[in-house]
Order: sequence, then structure tokens, then C-alpha cells
Amino acid sequence: MDSNCYDAIVIGGGPAGLTAGIYLSRAKIKTLILNEGVAGGQLILTHEIANYPGVENISGYKLANIMKKQAKSFGAEIKTISVHPQIETEGNLKKVVVGEQVYTAYTVILTPGGSPRMLGAKGEKELKGLGVSYCATCDGEFFTDKEIIVVGGGNSALEEAVSLSKYASKITLIHQFDHFQAFPAYVDEARSNPKINFIMETLVEEFAGDGKLEKVLLHNLKNGSKEWFNAEGAFVFIGYAPNTTFVEKLVTLNDRQEIVVNTDMETSVDGIFAAGDCIVKKYRQVTTAVGDATVAALAAAAKTWELKKH
Amino acid sequence: MTLDTNLTHVSDANEWQKMISENENVIICCGRMGPMCIPVYDLMEDIESEYSHVKFADMLFDIPEAHVIRNAPEARGFMGLPFTMYYKNGKVVEATSSIQNEDQVRSILDAQFGQK
Ligand SMILES: Cc1cc2nc3c(=O)[nH]c(=O)nc-3n(C[C@H](O)[C@H](O)[C@H](O)COP(=O)(O)OP(=O)(O)OC[C@H]3O[C@@H](n4cnc5c(N)ncnc54)[C@H](O)[C@@H]3O)c2cc1C
Repeated sequence: MDSNCYDAIVIGGGPAGLTAGIYLSRAKIKTLILNEGVAGGQLILTHEIANYPGVENISGYKLANIMKKQAKSFGAEIKTISVHPQIETEGNLKKVVVGEQVYTAYTVILTPGGSPRMLGAKGEKELKGLGVSYCATCDGEFFTDKEIIVVGGGNSALEEAVSLSKYASKITLIHQFDHFQAFPAYVDEARSNPKINFIMETLVEEFAGDGKLEKVLLHNLKNGSKEWFNAEGAFVFIGYAPNTTFVEKLVTLNDRQEIVVNTDMETSVDGIFAAGDCIVKKYRQVTTAVGDATVAALAAAAKTWELKKH
Repeated sequence: MTLDTNLTHVSDANEWQKMISENENVIICCGRMGPMCIPVYDLMEDIESEYSHVKFADMLFDIPEAHVIRNAPEARGFMGLPFTMYYKNGKVVEATSSIQNEDQVRSILDAQFGQK
């Protein structure tokens, strides 16, 4: 058998992809996991996981490494890639092209997860690491006794604003709507924190400063006014976008660029399944990602055996 | 104390001095085992073999002697981990703060140290 021929290919090596790898390879299906970046996905961004059943407390990095070890121990191959794969259908087979390499398989499972959204505001890229940050646990202490802003209105923004109050002297949370999209408990905790202030219905349009962040340009959506606001730090938590551009012409996506699947995690293309944060769903957690991936892997295994018989 | 990576570890100021004085081209990524740092160590491990003329290393940000990087003038104003320092003949030629992708690291390595 050609070394680039597999029974199943999983695209994405986060919790969903690694789970699919575990199930497929345990079912004796020759499996390749193609992953961009570090295997583990967003799990490695998580300082501590306290809600994964069976493990009381574990760092996301450790949990990801255990999943990776399990997938490898059953025979799954994991390859790091640095260009987006292209998927084509050829008869019974799926062809996955990564640069010069061509891999084939009977079935493909898409598990590319999501990436933090950047605001896309002027000056944001230039001031990343110089005041603009996307990780409170990593960079919080650099802002000890400083006045900072937090951008966003979901669970992460409110939770991280509270955690940053350990360091910063004053936090202004800036949100584009007049209400939050977070659980009431998170909103209450932030509201009762004396260091946290709120500016609602406002957009951050620009980050500026000489070699470090000094101020942000705020656009008040109620009256249209714009004014500069002094801030030495800005933490951006405006949610995650699914990493699905590489399959947007292949499978059906909804208007939020999430992959549409049925209850067996089948996409609109026969033999292509999807699981994890990239699919249409409301709750994005490690447990839901590994749950969908289990279904996708079992359904893909059945499909693979069926196609192999022909 | 060192980081849990497969890169060469710099564990104190003496080792740091030795590394930058004994090697013409050096990249040292100074951070923690955190979400912004791990991707940088990982990509450094991936590309290290292609840059035999550059010494790749890491250093734990929290050890006291990492002050040689934390307090370097070139890192003044840095507010995001990791701090990645590029040295040529013992002098800092470039420094970056926060997560970087493979293209960003490669372009600095190629511009400062040339391709092998
Ligand atoms: C800061 C933070 C804290 C969190 N805390 C918790 C928590 O406490 N508990 C909990 O249950 N959940 C938590 N989550 C959510 C959880 O991490 C995600 O729901 C879960 O990781 C989703 O898994 P996934 O495999 O679908 O996607 P991801 O984890 O996003 O993994 C996708 C992988 O695919 C790769 N990839 C992307 N595009 C491609 C491509 N084109 N080709 C190949 N590979 C690709 C990515 O690089 C990544 O490695 C947290 C998330 C974050 C960001």
C-alpha cells in the first residue's frame, strides 16, 4: 500500500480530531491526522480544565498531550502541516492535497476548530505584545497597577476582566451592545467588582501609541461621537471564528461559517464528516467536541468499511 | 528549572552569556508553558534542523536570572509573552513580544542570519 494511502484522514488535531483519531485507529482504520500548529488546539490555551469528567484538575496542555499519546498508541499518525489542505473527491476516494503531498482516504473528518477573533482595528497588529493582548493568564501581570480596557461582552470577556482585576488598577470593559451575552453569574461578579467600569454600545476603532499602547479610539454607537481614551493595556475577547475558509466551497456552511452536519455528523458531501467547534452548535466545550467526534468517528468507520468492501 | 520542550535550555545567566558569545547566531525564546509561548517553542523545534548556522534555545521567564532577557533594553515596553531574542555576535539584532507564527520567525531568521 502506498504510504500516502489511508483509510481515514482527520483534518485538525484539537480535542475533536484527537478523539476521532483514537476511535478510528482503535477500530483498525489506518488514520492520518493533519494538524496546523500545535496538536491540542484551543485546549493548550486553557490554563486549567476543571470540567472534564474523570479528571479533577488538569492543565489543558497536559490533557492535550495525553489525548495525543492515546491516539498515537492506537496507531494514528499525526503530521504537522503549514498550508491549508485542499480536498477533492475522486470516485470512492477523497484526495487531500497539502502543498506537494497528496494523501487519499475513503473518509475525511473535518475538525479544524476555531481561532480567536481579532478586532481588525487599526494599530492592533502593530501593538500586539506592546499592550494589546489576547491572553489574561499569560500577560496579566505586565499590567500591574495599570489602567486597561477589556473588549467584549461574552463569558470570556467578563471572566477575564474579573481575573485581570488582580493586577490592573482600573479596568474599563467596552462592549458593542447594550447588554451582555454572558451567564448572569459572570455579569454580576464583574458588576460588583469595584475596579471594573463599563462602556456599552461602543466600538474600539483604533489602537495607538509610540512603541507601546497609550490610547484607543472609541466610537459611541448611540450618538456617533468618537473620542480617544487612555489605556496602557487592551485585552480582546470577542469570541472565536470557525476555521472553515478552506472548505467553504466544498461543504455547506451556515451564515456564521459553521459546518452544517446531521445527527451522524455527516456534512453535505458523502464521506466527509465534521465535529467539534467548527460545526453548527450552541455550546463549545471540550466535552461537546469529544462527544461529536466520537459520533463522527463511529459513523466514518462504518462508512469506511462499506467503501472498502467495493 | 527549565521548560518542558525539546529545545536547548538556558538555565542561568552564565549559560546565556556562554551561548551568545560562543555562537555567532542565536535565537532564544523566553517564556512559560503557556498558550502564547508553546506555539513558538513548537515551531522552533520544527524548523531548527533547517537552520544549522543558528543556535536555537529557550529560557524560563520566571527564573531570577532570566533578567538578562526580561530587562534587556531591546525588550523595554514588552507586555506579552514570550520574549523572543535574536543575537548576532553577542548583540541583540531583533526582539519580538507575544506569539509569532512560523513565517514571522523565519523572516527574521532569514533577514538577520541569512539562509544556509
Ligand atoms: C481560553 C479558553 C479556555 C477554555 N476553557 C475551557 C474549559 O475550561 N472547559 C472546556 O470544556 N472547554 C474550554 N474551552 C473550549 C475548548 O477548548 C474548545 O471547545 C475545544 O478545544 C474545541 O475542540 P476542537 O478540536 O473542535 O477545536 P480546536 O481546539 O480549535 O482544535 C482545532 C485544531 O485544528 C487545527 N486546524 C485549524 N485549521 C486547520 C486546517 N485547515 N488544517 C489542519 N488543521 C487545522 C488548529 O490549529 C487546532 O490545532 C476553552 C477555550 C479557550 C480558548
